[in-house]
Amino acid sequence: MIPLSWYIIVGAALFSIGIYGALARRNALAILMAIELILNAVNLNLVAFWRYLTPNIVAGKVFVLVVFAVAASEVAVGLALIISIYRRRHTIAVEEIDMMKW
Amino acid sequence: MVAFLNDPFTWTGSLLRGWLEGLGLAPDLVTFLLQVLGALVLGTVMLLLTFILIWAERKIVARIQDRLGPNRVGPFGVFQTVADLLKLVTKELITPTGADIIPYNLAPLLAVMAVVGIWAVIPLAPTLIGAHINIGVLYVVAIGAIGTLGIMIAGMSSNNKYALLGAFRTVAMMVSYAVPMMIALLIPVLLSGSMDMATIVEAQSPIAFIILAPIAALIFFVSSLAEVGRAPFDLLEAESEIVAGFHIEYSGLKFGMFFVAEFLHAFTISALTATLFLAGWKGPWVELYPLLGLFYFIIKTSIVYFVVIWIRGSFPRIRIDQMNNLNWKLVTPLALAGLIVTAIGEKVAVEYGFNRPGIHVGANAFLFMLTLVMIRFNARAARSRVKGNSVNKAVAASSGSSQGS
Amino acid sequence: MLTLTQIVFLIVAAITLLAAIMVVTSRSMVHTALWLIMTLAGIAVFFVLLNAGFLAVVQVAVYIDAIAIMIIIVVMLTQRSMGSQDRQRSKTWWAAVIAALLLFGGLVLMFAQAPLLGAEAPTLTVGPEALIEELGLALVDVDRYIVPFEVASVLLLAAMVGSIIVAWPGRMSQEQEDES
Repeated sequence: MIPLSWYIIVGAALFSIGIYGALARRNALAILMAIELILNAVNLNLVAFWRYLTPNIVAGKVFVLVVFAVAASEVAVGLALIISIYRRRHTIAVEEIDMMKW
Repeated sequence: MVAFLNDPFTWTGSLLRGWLEGLGLAPDLVTFLLQVLGALVLGTVMLLLTFILIWAERKIVARIQDRLGPNRVGPFGVFQTVADLLKLVTKELITPTGADIIPYNLAPLLAVMAVVGIWAVIPLAPTLIGAHINIGVLYVVAIGAIGTLGIMIAGMSSNNKYALLGAFRTVAMMVSYAVPMMIALLIPVLLSGSMDMATIVEAQSPIAFIILAPIAALIFFVSSLAEVGRAPFDLLEAESEIVAGFHIEYSGLKFGMFFVAEFLHAFTISALTATLFLAGWKGPWVELYPLLGLFYFIIKTSIVYFVVIWIRGSFPRIRIDQMNNLNWKLVTPLALAGLIVTAIGEKVAVEYGFNRPGIHVGANAFLFMLTLVMIRFNARAARSRVKGNSVNKAVAASSGSSQGS
Repeated sequence: MLTLTQIVFLIVAAITLLAAIMVVTSRSMVHTALWLIMTLAGIAVFFVLLNAGFLAVVQVAVYIDAIAIMIIIVVMLTQRSMGSQDRQRSKTWWAAVIAALLLFGGLVLMFAQAPLLGAEAPTLTVGPEALIEELGLALVDVDRYIVPFEVASVLLLAAMVGSIIVAWPGRMSQEQEDES
């Protein structure tokens, strides 16, 4: 059928694309979306390893649920921060948000 | 012939399967083809059902408002919807300048997809269900919220401030009312022990869940009405409000798709309420003749749909701040309290062997009384606050006038 | 000869990776958000292929129906900040490309040395209902995974309270008075 290595390659590719997005984009929202890609790649890896190596132990899926919760809370707080920054500085380009207080 | 009348669905399925396998196809391919055929039939029947739904709504609302409704096109105006559809189809599809083409065209598809997709897991008869997945309730929640996504994309891609504002308000309302809807959906899951819709229907054997959990049924019904955007929660598309909301820039058949999606969504939530709380396809003699199950299901769904139309014709529209107040101050705490009370009641009834229906009915009645008392407190406090304001204003006016003169 | 499952896997993988690349290279923020939704849906299909149907539905319900809608709303609120004409790549984007490629190469090399990678999927001994039931029981079992479950709930509560306080517009009026 489908060997495990295919899933790992897709997960690694998504992870690398997410790392590129987090490092190379100027818009804070785009960086947040790239972080979502990274978290999804991690989830895919976890579920693939669970299915192929230990389908009887449920720890893999519990970890995935915790990663879901962490991703949701991180996006919520991140978006609140972005809105707050936009209100004060009227920009969300990360190069321009480089001073703590003026 | 008797086998056909007894169970037409399985009989037709095995007939088609035998015929297709006789053509020499592999069994897996036959299963796949039959599933595709079933999905096509279900989707088409649902979309064609909208003709009758729109006609019924117009006639019933007209009678509530003491007028006749459409009665010229065909006997009792039955073909009025066909005429409206022909008019919509022949209208020009105008795309506004500056609109994102692909999201603009994708949004009506998402709205219709979200509604038709829910019908895949509703058990229509003991042997007729689209996809028998064991997380049916969660699937309904997930697919239903894709409609919210379609509306947001529609408002976003229209290059129109009013569409954007309308889309924001719609999405805010739908996301707010999705919270009590999901909590109220958990209560039949608790009472029946499974998220599978077929199992929930089977667990309502002696007593339907509307008697065991009337508050949950009411909360689910009201929250679903708000999710769909039907009256009295239809401030998003009323002409006197924000100029028809998120679908201003849509014309012709794309607007028709939003229209169809809304009416079908109202029928779908009626079907969900009938399945989860009114025991779906259950009724007398349904084990012997599964075709009767479909009949009972249609009757129950039509009754709930009639109540939806009745509510539309009777209640005035709710303002958006009243709606937010209602949701976060009344419906969501009530849903949470109902969930806790049902869980405790279920545990007590199962562990200690008390009368299960008695405990649940008693707990619901207690919660209802508590809610009434708290609403009364709240109303008294609000009334005294308003009276205090007007007394203060009268005192200030009289003292000001006495000083001035 | 590829089996049907392998063809489906390749198609879904191609779509997901293409959508992910469009997420990180699209000029317009609205398009980025929509490509993100397609990536998330692709991952949900992967979960279904891996016999984790419950996680697929949770992925749709949490990511697409909640997180993606929040991101789209914030995109619309901050759309005036960076229009489509501004450049969307930072000045050192070539370093990011090199880093991503090195990371991908390193990960693939590292995993190629693991002996279990050619493994085929073991057949599941239990049906999907038992899988979900076991997951549910494990999450509330005192000896197993109740602590991560409760910690995740507290984390969500903290995030909810924190985001409301951070985005509260009350303090802005003070700064506007200070500036004027």
